[in-house]
Amino acid sequence: MSNILIIAEHDCSTLNTSTAKSVSCASQIDGASIAVAVLADDASALAGQAAAIQGVDKVLAISHDANASPMAAIQAPQVAKLAEGHTHVFGPSTTFGKDLMPRVAALLGVNQVSDIMTVNGSHAFERPIYAGNAIVSVEAPTDAVVVATVRTASFKAAADGGTAEIVETTIDAEIPDHTRYVSLQSGQSDRPDLQTAGKVISGGRALASSENFDIIYTLADKMGAAVGASRAAVDAGYVPNEMQVGQTGKIIAPELYIAIGISGAIQHLTGIKDAGTIVAINKDEEAPIFEVADIGLVGDLFNIVPELTQALES
Amino acid sequence: MEKILVGLKRVVDYNVRVRVKGDGSGVETDGVKMSINPFDEIALEEALRIRERGEASEVIVLSIGTSESQQQLRTGLAMGADRAILVSTDDTLDPLTRARIFQSVIERESPDLVLLGKQAIDEDNNQTGQMLAAIWGRPQATFASEVTFDGNTAKVTREVDTGLETIEIDLPAVVTADLRLNEPRYVKLPDIMKAKKKPLDEIGLAELGVERPPAIKESAFAPPAVRQKGIMVDDVPGLVSALKDKGLL
Repeated sequence: MSNILIIAEHDCSTLNTSTAKSVSCASQIDGASIAVAVLADDASALAGQAAAIQGVDKVLAISHDANASPMAAIQAPQVAKLAEGHTHVFGPSTTFGKDLMPRVAALLGVNQVSDIMTVNGSHAFERPIYAGNAIVSVEAPTDAVVVATVRTASFKAAADGGTAEIVETTIDAEIPDHTRYVSLQSGQSDRPDLQTAGKVISGGRALASSENFDIIYTLADKMGAAVGASRAAVDAGYVPNEMQVGQTGKIIAPELYIAIGISGAIQHLTGIKDAGTIVAINKDEEAPIFEVADIGLVGDLFNIVPELTQALES
Repeated sequence: MEKILVGLKRVVDYNVRVRVKGDGSGVETDGVKMSINPFDEIALEEALRIRERGEASEVIVLSIGTSESQQQLRTGLAMGADRAILVSTDDTLDPLTRARIFQSVIERESPDLVLLGKQAIDEDNNQTGQMLAAIWGRPQATFASEVTFDGNTAKVTREVDTGLETIEIDLPAVVTADLRLNEPRYVKLPDIMKAKKKPLDEIGLAELGVERPPAIKESAFAPPAVRQKGIMVDDVPGLVSALKDKGLL
């Protein structure tokens, strides 16, 4: 019998979809009983959201002032305490989970299974290595707790409609004061969220400037799509870091991905290989992106993108 | 501060297209170019810049592996590190064991800052820095894109999914480097010659008495599912009609 604890990711008002995706991964383990832990300054509303996820049996609501911002050094001792009595502790493989979960694993004296993409059994999983160039089957020891992160692009979010019991919980853990939150600088946008959007349009180095990215935004708004970028475009300062798609940015799985002026380095392809349909627009017909694209169009993006935007208007 | 400890892992070079062996027993590493893990190189560059600003006096590079890892340590010394330590072992080690090895070196060296890459590009685990911070009982600042110091504290800007987060941490601490922290310097030939004279100490793994946790067993390796090349369209109307055919417009 697997008794799985999932650590919820949220921004203090809304649960991140990565939580429902982690639930979906945990549900693939036969006979799993699933609890979701919500650590926040005030966890009550978030706990309600977690309780509504199908497949969740119990929600642990942990309200504490120290949990107002998600810092690994603060949360890990609490999660390690919560882990008692559980066979598995899962978190999402987002920057939140990647920061927190290994610290939890070390406190529990175990290694972590990073980036679960397939569940083959209660202790058997598959995960990508070498930037996705190889997939390895792994077996975690059966006599110790399994700490893992879930590759969110590999799982569909579990649907709403659950009615799990909510348990207000206090944890007797020592919370350190050596790590202090200062600020978050976030590009506010009304566009769909890059990690959950059904359609994503990304621009690359070929856009050549921050101003030129406007044609990408205009097309995205016309299509109701989120906007992403290649590492080269972020490094060049055309767009902020949170828009980076790829191995070291966001790994996404939209229904439609349109890569514009992106050559398709392996690290970028790693971030999009679970997309439903990939469209590539590039002036270089030899660009590697065309090797994985379902639909390719060779040409000058500065002509094609405005023409496409206009075609969608009529 | 006095000392900065930097981890350098020997990995398959960033530019090598890694292939799975035909029998699924691992990936091809025979005759493949090996280098310092790129994120570790960024970590070392940052340590050197901190020392060059006069905010630290010594940079020590540490590698864990076979004697072949001496090559990466020599490169680190040529970049500017003051001395090197190799914890030598023929075993393939898991992240928690690596973290425990770092911890035992920390007990000998008492660094004020440990700088690591955010992940190694071979196993892509992204664990060692966080695990080290946990067992050391010290702060961690992962995915760093900027680090500044003020006395006994550091301010670190972190690249997170929602943007750029800044946290303040007390030293000593573990910081892991992300891509945009800096651009590592190129090694010049005279520096390679000079590096040969810098101290490189070797410690056998057994000497450290590190307790080994149960490992996660890797049973089979497979190449990823390949996406098939699709169709090419000639113009925008062709693209629009192809998207309509798939029900995407």
